[in-house]
Amino acid sequence: MFLLAFRRSRRGFYQSVTDSSVDIRDVTKRHGATVAVDHLSLKIRKSEFFSILGPSGSGKTTTLRLLAGFEQPDSGEILIEGAPMQGVPPNRRPVNLVFQNYALFPHMTVSENVAFGLEMKGLPPAEVGPRVVDALDMVRLAGKQDRLPSQLSGGEQQRVALARALVNRPAVLLLDEPLGALDRQLRQEMEVELKVLQERVGITFVCVTHDQEEALTMSDRLAVLHHGRLLQVGTPEEIYSGPVSGFVANFIGVSNSLSGRVQELHGETVSIAVDGIGVVRSIAPPGVDVGRSVVMTIRPERLRLAHDTGHEDPNDRRNHLIVRVAKAIYSGSDTHYLLTLPNNQVWKAAVQNSESPGKRFSAGEPASLTWSPADAVVLTE
Amino acid sequence: MKTRHWIVAASITDLLFLYLPIAILIVFSFNASKFSARWQGFSLQWYAKLFTHEALLSSTWNSLIVAVVSTILAGMLGVLTAVALERQAFPGLHACEGVLLLPIIIPEIMMGVAMLLFFVMIGVKLSLVTIIIAHTMFNFPVVALIVRARLRKLDPQLEEAALDLGATPWTAFRRVTLPLLMPGIIGALLMAFTLSLDDFIISFFLAGVGSTTLPIKVYGMLKTAVTPEVNALSAVLVVISMGLVAVATWVQRK
Amino acid sequence: MKTADSVLNARGRLTVPWLIVPPAAALLVFFLMPLLVVLAVSFASRGTYGGIEWTLTVSNYTSILDPLYLRIFWRSLWIAVASSAICLVIGFPLAYAIAGAPKRWQGALLLLVIIPFWTNFLVRTYAWMFILRTEGLLNTALISAGLIDQPLNLLYTDGAVLLGLVYGYLPFMVLPLYAALERLDPALIEAAWDLYASPVRIFTRIILPLSKPGIIAGCLLVFIPSLGAYVTPDLLGGARTLMIGNLIQHQYLVVRDWPFGSALSFILMVGVLLAVMSYLRAGGPKNLA
Repeated sequence: MFLLAFRRSRRGFYQSVTDSSVDIRDVTKRHGATVAVDHLSLKIRKSEFFSILGPSGSGKTTTLRLLAGFEQPDSGEILIEGAPMQGVPPNRRPVNLVFQNYALFPHMTVSENVAFGLEMKGLPPAEVGPRVVDALDMVRLAGKQDRLPSQLSGGEQQRVALARALVNRPAVLLLDEPLGALDRQLRQEMEVELKVLQERVGITFVCVTHDQEEALTMSDRLAVLHHGRLLQVGTPEEIYSGPVSGFVANFIGVSNSLSGRVQELHGETVSIAVDGIGVVRSIAPPGVDVGRSVVMTIRPERLRLAHDTGHEDPNDRRNHLIVRVAKAIYSGSDTHYLLTLPNNQVWKAAVQNSESPGKRFSAGEPASLTWSPADAVVLTE
Repeated sequence: MKTRHWIVAASITDLLFLYLPIAILIVFSFNASKFSARWQGFSLQWYAKLFTHEALLSSTWNSLIVAVVSTILAGMLGVLTAVALERQAFPGLHACEGVLLLPIIIPEIMMGVAMLLFFVMIGVKLSLVTIIIAHTMFNFPVVALIVRARLRKLDPQLEEAALDLGATPWTAFRRVTLPLLMPGIIGALLMAFTLSLDDFIISFFLAGVGSTTLPIKVYGMLKTAVTPEVNALSAVLVVISMGLVAVATWVQRK
Repeated sequence: MKTADSVLNARGRLTVPWLIVPPAAALLVFFLMPLLVVLAVSFASRGTYGGIEWTLTVSNYTSILDPLYLRIFWRSLWIAVASSAICLVIGFPLAYAIAGAPKRWQGALLLLVIIPFWTNFLVRTYAWMFILRTEGLLNTALISAGLIDQPLNLLYTDGAVLLGLVYGYLPFMVLPLYAALERLDPALIEAAWDLYASPVRIFTRIILPLSKPGIIAGCLLVFIPSLGAYVTPDLLGGARTLMIGNLIQHQYLVVRDWPFGSALSFILMVGVLLAVMSYLRAGGPKNLA
């Protein structure tokens, strides 16, 4: 999550709506009896790194193909840079797609692959050469011009695919699960590289993925899709700390939850009665009244564990629970604890190891669990 | 890019091109007219005539004998070859593979001519036996090719699992590999059988007196008086071939 | 005593290569030897009653240089080339359509293509005789429809032979083409489309080059039997359209000049070998698929 700092350093996003690079207006697409994309409306801004996130079957790949032009919407409109794309085939759209398995032409060298789009557009050979060289430099593949795709590693192939798309200077670059085929180490490196690349070229990137870590790391904004419907759009922070539904909360990062009924409302604060636990306090969401069923969710890293299971300070507005540590899982920078709550639910807590070297817990130990009401999100459903 | 309409149209035309002539023959085999091309009513008389045609029946019998014997021989040689090539790396393997393809590739007339000369040179009289030998020779590479391809697709881990569970190599081969190969072998045998029944040119060169096979007889009929019986005969042969192919494919699907 | 177990060692590898011996011996004796015999006989002379006299000579080969024979060679060559080309043009859309069809239909469609191949070649050739004869189906239909007065001379022409060869060997072109096209990654076509290529250029720059192995294999599989065809030119071409195959048969079974016939066969063999070598050089796949 340290890469969140990356985005904070960028300029603000106070652009008007007419600055849309991609405008999807109420688009629906059916595949046979299934509705792949269901009345989707989305605006993607110029020069932003936008991710479409969702599990398989959520319609994200279909959305990408609709943008690329390989499929046409059954209803609704798609505009790219303000121009309607109705009936426009892929070879006439100002977009280029980086395919999931790269789709490099096996019978052409790296430079022939990269030059392909320029050739098709009729660029004179004298101009093609330098642009290919520039594109390969940009993805750090200089010197491999004459290799065949079969002679490259997975990471190198991906960079060729990127160069091949970017060299055409499209208005929008589409990426289909760009990091899916890479191993973990490479993936983390490429997350940074892609982000840097996008900032350098300034083109709108639309990336489709099922990996929430990728989406949160690289995107300026992201959209969560489920069963073809848009659930939420926002910056990574907005979505992570303010999910609008249980699905989003659970899909993005790990989330712990408690279900209960609203007992009291004090202005902004709400008291929720949970069976087997007691009363927990949180920030009231809009439109909730007493008696309503709600779900309170909280992220693992917002939980605090202490050995002192003793007395509560009445002035302490935080929530307290006595729990038992079921399991401690060491994972490098953090330790994850599986905690058994008084109502036998299992929660996950994440504690940074650097923070509290002396405060380790072992399985079977009791512990005091604390969290602030402001750190939880209450969802009505 | 979805398959474009004209590609589909062209394909359908191709298929029509392939099937129409055969269909025409079958339809006209029921033509009551003796002079073929004008339709004059439905009749089964030509079929009836077929079954009483002596020479036809005896040549069919010859063809069957040749086909059965040569298929069995081709099967044995072919399976041996497939197993040898696939499971053994001996020097000259590639040369063998190349030579194996030769009988399939060279024009049939070459093979007919060469074997005719050969038999004459070594003083063997032409008869059904010489035909059988020739058929075996061009059939066994086909069997070998098919069985080998099938063998290659077999997961080697299956035999290894058998070995791991205590089987001897021969038992593993017999109880695991061979049964799995069976559909492929049967398919190959059916193909060899069909190829043998079908063969004209090689049989033509190697047939002695009294060892006429069915295709040779048919050829004779085609070159001399073309009676409408030929249509009926053709229809019968077509149906039999289709039946054999259907069975072969069904067996190989397993 | 050698038991079956020791024949195959623990990894299923043959410990003794004797398994290959019977097939190899059979090939040697009944295939390679006969070919050598042909070569040998081609240098002999024709005996008085049609046998072989072992006076060695090259006259068989020199007689081939007669324009009469050269014309026949030339006809065989161009017919074989033409039939390959026509099969390629006709067969490509079909192979492409099958490769693009839903997976579960592909087997059935291929079967449709193969079935005519399994029917008797004589029967298939006869079908065209039936259709193209002067009193055949096509002429009868055209005359009844009033489109022509006199029957067209369709049979016993080069065209009829070409038609018969294309008809007979089309499946040999479709199958390898299908195998190559089926391996083509559809994402490559989409990528080219995304990179501004028109359908024509997608075909010439992506599909064609990547299906080259299939094209070459298909051409070889049609060219060779067409070159050595006997039945088709005999039944559909008559006396006016002689090809090498007819010539050879004539020499062997009618004129009984075996040495000359052997020389002709050997030239045919050389032609086939040249075709195979150009095939391998052009990058045809080793196992024909």
